[in-house]
Parts: sequence; structure tokens; C-alpha cells
Amino acid sequence: MDLLKASLSEIATAVRSKKVSALEATQFFMNRAKKLNPKINAFISFDESAQDQARKIDEQVSRGEDPGPLAGVPWGIKDMFCTKGLRTTAASKILENFVPPYDATAVALLKKNGAVILGKLNQDEFAMGSSSENSHFGAVKNPWNLNCVAGGSSGGSAAAQALRMVAASTGTDTGGSIRQPASFCGVVGAKPTYGRISRYGIIAYASSLDQAGPLTNSVEDAALSLEIMCGKDIKDGTSSSLPVPSWKKNLNPSMRGRKIGVLKEYFQDGGLHPEVQAATEKALSELKQQGAEIVEVSVPLTKYAIPMYYLIAASEASSNLSRYDGVRFGFRSEFKSLAHINLSEFYSKTRGEGFGAEVKRRIMLGTYCLSAGYYEAFYNKAGQVRRMLRDEFSLAFEKCDVILSPVTAAPAFKLNERISDPLQMYLNDIFTVATNLAGLPGMSVPFATSKERLPIGIQLMANHFQEQKMLDAALALEGISGLKGLVADVL
Amino acid sequence: MSQDKISVEEISRIAKLAQLQLSAEEVSNYSQQLSKAIGYFEQISQVQTARVEPLVTPTEIENILRKDEVKTETSSEEILRNAPHKTGSLFTVPPVV
Repeated sequence: MDLLKASLSEIATAVRSKKVSALEATQFFMNRAKKLNPKINAFISFDESAQDQARKIDEQVSRGEDPGPLAGVPWGIKDMFCTKGLRTTAASKILENFVPPYDATAVALLKKNGAVILGKLNQDEFAMGSSSENSHFGAVKNPWNLNCVAGGSSGGSAAAQALRMVAASTGTDTGGSIRQPASFCGVVGAKPTYGRISRYGIIAYASSLDQAGPLTNSVEDAALSLEIMCGKDIKDGTSSSLPVPSWKKNLNPSMRGRKIGVLKEYFQDGGLHPEVQAATEKALSELKQQGAEIVEVSVPLTKYAIPMYYLIAASEASSNLSRYDGVRFGFRSEFKSLAHINLSEFYSKTRGEGFGAEVKRRIMLGTYCLSAGYYEAFYNKAGQVRRMLRDEFSLAFEKCDVILSPVTAAPAFKLNERISDPLQMYLNDIFTVATNLAGLPGMSVPFATSKERLPIGIQLMANHFQEQKMLDAALALEGISGLKGLVADVL
Repeated sequence: MSQDKISVEEISRIAKLAQLQLSAEEVSNYSQQLSKAIGYFEQISQVQTARVEPLVTPTEIENILRKDEVKTETSSEEILRNAPHKTGSLFTVPPVV
């Protein structure tokens, strides 16, 4: 079996039928991950118990038990997910030594279904960023071009996936943090409808926007991973109780009669890189040729998506991150003696030293937006526009099954190119944040390669709980692109 | 940078609210950067939103209630393992009262 190319189901089937042992699969990916990691810095921690986890899977198989549809499949986990007994940092100094006493529900579900955890993946600190440069553990590099960013915030997941250091990986997406790095690195990245995957045990950034999802090398793998990660969880008050469909089994690439929406506003301003523009146009014309109907739709308030997103995300972040106080867990500044320290000084010094620049910037922005005199004009106003935006999307989805767009205006940018101008970096998220504001499912599927050999993805979004339509269209695009199972080979 | 929307004094006030100790350089940088960002975000005021209820979570959900039962999921020992400083079975903190 070629583990570089095998689907998740093929690996699990081989393990269940003893054609490949979970241990062999684990060693194959772990060796590859450890060998390649120094070049791209995708991992923060390796899980040295991976071989033991694999042996347990093999023992289950030997006893005639079924470890599940991910039997022996090696996964990488973004460092936002709590993993029992395995250091979880959110790429922050403030959590540098945090070892969770429990698993995030999404991680527990992967393990329950047979997955082996190889380690924890690098990212922007607290998932705040679009380049994975804001990490206490150093920037992630793009495996297609080491001078470029991997995207963010799930940059470690996307880069590791592109190099096939893992069979699949998890990410979190608050404003594009799965889809954008997936596009920059040439892998599939999907987030389901808000509420589908439990947020329990995932370090909170902006709770009303945060949603987890998988990064994989194929649409089929994404569909299977979503099925396993989604489901009602009593520990998350926003968790959806709707049944999780058999997305993988029901995959259907036939586009005959499907309505593909094109968001007028996304193409008005120009500013698209010519190769991204060409890829998007090609995607539309090929789907049309396969029988899809292309429909122009309008969501005028997407014009305000960036302000809305950053006002809401920063406000929620400033509240969520108040828990890091140097008392119960995480980093605490050095104090000679606590006896004469004022409590506020104790908190402020610890937080000032423990958080990185971008995290502090967003805490400041959020605190400002929530402070007396500004709350109405910023946080409250953004929430009002957010409702109107969601309603506009509902109307748009009366006319189409999915909306197709670029993921970003251009392929991966150079390391250090945008880090000094935060607003420029924020504007990078123009095509992805609306999905989170409206709580819609969205994904990125590799579709083209630029002249400079950088991947270009296409974004698909669907109405609430219509993941199947999104996955079907992604499967059709994957077929057209010929890029299924793409593995970066520049190293 | 006297035209900055968010002055260094305002930044210092916000930092205090957020319990963040910032260096003089950080205060100056954040004053400029947040002024620029807020300047851009202010365009949101152009949208007419009279009588619109703010959306606080994207999918409408009812209050979810469950029985208030004690369940042991972890031990205090395990929790205290992550404490940066502890005294016996207690977290060590500066004087609070």
C-alpha cells in the first residue's frame, strides 16, 4: 500500500484486515514528519505515545474487535485542541507548559474511531492571524516555496498535510483559518455549519465564530472526517442536535441541474490576482459544461464583512482571553515575592509578558470596542449588521445550492511581507470571514497551480446544514482539477 | 501623531482595563495601528440598523438546560499540576484583601 497516496478509508481497511499494521502506518508518517519538520516548522510537539496508541489498535484487530472507520489512521492535531496528557499551547508563551487533563470532544471522537495522534501542529497564537507567523514557536513555512507563508491560522495543519506528514489533520476556522491555509498549501480544508462540531476543549478565540474542521488530501477524506468530528455534545451549549448525514457515502459529483451562485460583490472591486481570477472563471465554466447552472447572487453587506468580523472577533477574544491570569495554569511572570505585589500588577505583568503582539493588539481592540461609550457604535452595531448579513445569505441560497468564490485574492504571500501592517493582513480575509459571521459551512479545494508553482484553491459555501451540496461541488472541482492527492515535492 | 483617533493616553486606559502591561513602544504602536483599524472599521456606521436585534450566535438556539449534578471528571491533583505556583493543594496568589 502506498501510504503517501492512500485515502483514510483505504488505510483503515488495510489495518482492519491486517494488510498493514497501525504501527507500520504510524511509523511511516512519524518518520516522515520528524524528517521534514525542521524545514517547515509545522509541528510544535510530537506525541511520543503514538506507537503505543498504534499497538493498541493492532491488538484490538488481533482480538477481532473493530477499532472504527479511522483504524490506525495517523492524525495531526492543531494546537488549539486540548489533548489529554499532551502539551497544548495555542502557540502561545502563556500556555507553553499547559498539559490538559482532558481531550477536546473532537479529539476524543477521532480517538474513539481508531485514529492515532502523532502530535500538535503549529499555528498563529490563539488562532489570531492569517499567516502562521504569529507563533511563539516560530513561523510555519509553505512547503511549495519556503520563502512564502503557509497561511493561517491553521498553517501547521495545512503545511503538514501538503507534505503528507500526517494522513489527516484538524484545524479551527474563525474567519478562514482552515480554508485560507488549505488554499495556500494545496490541500482540502472544510468547516461545517456552526454548531456541528463541539467546541468543548478547543481553546476559545471568538466563540460565536469558532468552528473546527478537517484538512485532508481529498474531498472524500474531508467528508469522512466531518462525519466523525460532527455531532451533538452536551458540553457545548451551541452544539447542534441535527443528525449527521452519511456525507461520504452520499457524495455525488454530478453537477447536472445544480445551481452554482456567484457573489456579485466579490468580483466588483477588481484586485484579484489574474491567475486567481482565471482559476475561478475556469471552475465556473467547467461546472457549467457539466450541466450546472451559474446564477448571479447578491449579498451587498459582504462589503462590511471585514469590519464586522474584526469588531466581533476582537470583542469576544478580549473576554475569552481574560482567563489567562497566571493563577491556575499557564505562564506566570517572575516575582521575587508575592507579599507586596498588587493584584492588578500581578495580572498585567503576566499577561503583558505572556501574550504575543497580535494577541495583545486584538485584546486591546476588543476591550476598546466593549468599553463604555463605544459598545453601541462597534460591538452592538456589528451584531446588528451581522443579522442582516445572515438574512441576505438566506435569500441568496433560495436561488442557488452553493456559492463559489476565490479563497483569497492571490496565492501565498512572502514571509514577513505583511506582518508589519496589521490592517493589510486583516484585509486578506475578505472572502472567508462572511461564512463565519453567517455560521455557514465553507471549504477550500485545490484547483490550480500558479506559474510560480503555488497552489490556488476555490471556496465553496452552502446554506446552514447543507454540507452535502458543498462537498458534492468540491468533488466535481477536484475531478476537474486533476489535483486529488497532491503532495508537495519541492523539499 | 496628534491626529490619532486613539491617543496614547486612551491606549494606556484600555490597557489598564484589559490588565495588560505594555511598553512605551507598544503603547505608541497600538495607538497608531488601532487608530488606523478603527478608522477603517467605522464604515460600519453607514448601515441602517434601526430596530434590528443584534445576532450573537449564528444559529438560533434555545437555552439548553441540564440537571445540576456533580460528576467527577478529574482530580484536584490533576488540575493543580498545571498551576504555576501552589502551596499544598492551593493556588498561590498575591494578597487579595
